[in-house]
Amino acid sequence: MEKRVSLPIYAKRRRSNAVSKILSYGATAFGLSWLVLILAVLLWKGVGGLSVAVFTQMTPPPGSAGGLLNPIVGSLLMTAIAVAVGTPLGILAGTYMAEYGRHDKLTLVVRFINDILLSAPSIVVGLFVYEIMVARMGHFSGWAGAVSLAVIVVPVVVRTTEDMLVLVPDSLREAAASIGLPRSMMITRIGYRAARAGMVTGVLLAVARISGETAPLLFTSLNNQFWSTNLNAPVASLPVVIFQFALSPYKDWQNLAWTGALIITFAVLALSIVARLLTTRRKTP
Amino acid sequence: MNVALHAVPAVAHPSADAGLLEKITIRNLDFFYGDHRALKGINISLYQGKVTAFIGPSGCGKSTLLRVLNRMYDLYPNQRATGDVRLDNVNILSPSQDLNLLRAKVGMVFQKPTPFPMTIFENIAFGIRLYEKLSKSELEDRVQHALQRAALWDEVKDKLSASGLSLSGGQQQRLCIARTVAVKPEVILFDEPCSALDPISTAKIEELIDELKNDYSITIVTHNMQQAARVSDFTAFMYLGELVEFGETTKIFTTPNDRRTQDYITGRFG
Repeated sequence: MEKRVSLPIYAKRRRSNAVSKILSYGATAFGLSWLVLILAVLLWKGVGGLSVAVFTQMTPPPGSAGGLLNPIVGSLLMTAIAVAVGTPLGILAGTYMAEYGRHDKLTLVVRFINDILLSAPSIVVGLFVYEIMVARMGHFSGWAGAVSLAVIVVPVVVRTTEDMLVLVPDSLREAAASIGLPRSMMITRIGYRAARAGMVTGVLLAVARISGETAPLLFTSLNNQFWSTNLNAPVASLPVVIFQFALSPYKDWQNLAWTGALIITFAVLALSIVARLLTTRRKTP
Repeated sequence: MNVALHAVPAVAHPSADAGLLEKITIRNLDFFYGDHRALKGINISLYQGKVTAFIGPSGCGKSTLLRVLNRMYDLYPNQRATGDVRLDNVNILSPSQDLNLLRAKVGMVFQKPTPFPMTIFENIAFGIRLYEKLSKSELEDRVQHALQRAALWDEVKDKLSASGLSLSGGQQQRLCIARTVAVKPEVILFDEPCSALDPISTAKIEELIDELKNDYSITIVTHNMQQAARVSDFTAFMYLGELVEFGETTKIFTTPNDRRTQDYITGRFG
């Protein structure tokens, strides 16, 4: 044992191993500490504001008591519509790319454009929807907000759907074909079933992504101080309310912003955990 | 027919034997992966109710030939077959051939067990429902029958609602055979069905093939020459995309005509 350790080449390897280990741990600790810090500050500042009123009352004028009911409902509404519109589109496109058009040039083009969309700054999406909807309709609206969020959902779902379906082994497709299964059923009954957990995870990730988006909503749904589920009118949303309240000079608004941030963060965290559970369950059959 | 115009190469065809019914007749079959010609002028007949084994070194085209018989290659671009492949005297290479109906008639069992991601019962019932409308009890009978034929029933009858993926490798492969049998095909193609299995499972599958041949025409690709000798009535030896020799299994393994066949079965190459 001693003899081997004393070999110079081995000692050197041990040293470099120790150094890279320390660096890796250090980097992990550095990254995680910020996450913990953010969550800790959120809890510290936000938990105090949590009350029944937050979920039952409207956003207040400065100086009076109130809650976040209208932005919570607005966010839920627009997110739900965005997912309802974006998910089928994304799944269909992803299915084309992974199944029907796997070897087509069009798939390369779509994938390239989709990747650009995936990394496009969300404020650009907001501006785009502002131009095609808000400017034409002449006013901000919940529909425009939902559309801008849907534009963000689509590329995420396209990507995960394609990735998950490509992971389905060809042997399974051949097995399905070998009993005379038509292509469409091979995809819907075998492919989707095998890729289900990953595809659901993709949708959940998309929900997580859009529930925190502020920039596109500033240009589309704007905000609404009052209770409104009229999607033809401006609609409040949590991220925009947080943005507005956090920048305001009023203490009670700032406190509500912290509480709103806490609600969003933990909702997204819960979604991510669900997504993670779904994928890990898939690995252990 | 122009088939008669082509000189049949120097391959002994036992078709003259009385009582043999040609189920599949292959004439002048070429196969291409892009520009690569993987099968070169194959002529062979596969007989009703018989087991035909294809042997030969890796890359010789055995599996490719098998995948022509149910046109599995059609799933992929840049793969094409030319020539004449007749199933009951209908050319299955014709563009008008309905692929789903063909594959319902020509079933396939793969090298790796590929159960569908669903319950054991559904794995079988799924294929049956595709082409037949049955009552619940009829369906249950059919599933039971298929599992019995695949010698799996006793092992799974108490857990039909468990996932097909929960079975062992050998059981999964028998599940796949049951799934194939359940659709009532006329021909079953086995593509190295035992290469991922232990000897006991292998023996079970071989017994099964022997039983199934009464009702189906069976084609099996195998790397295991003992297996070919054990299960098949006819054996075809392929080498570099050509059919070198085809004949009764006993003849191929005892007195082959071609030097290359002899070298292969005695283990001198491959």
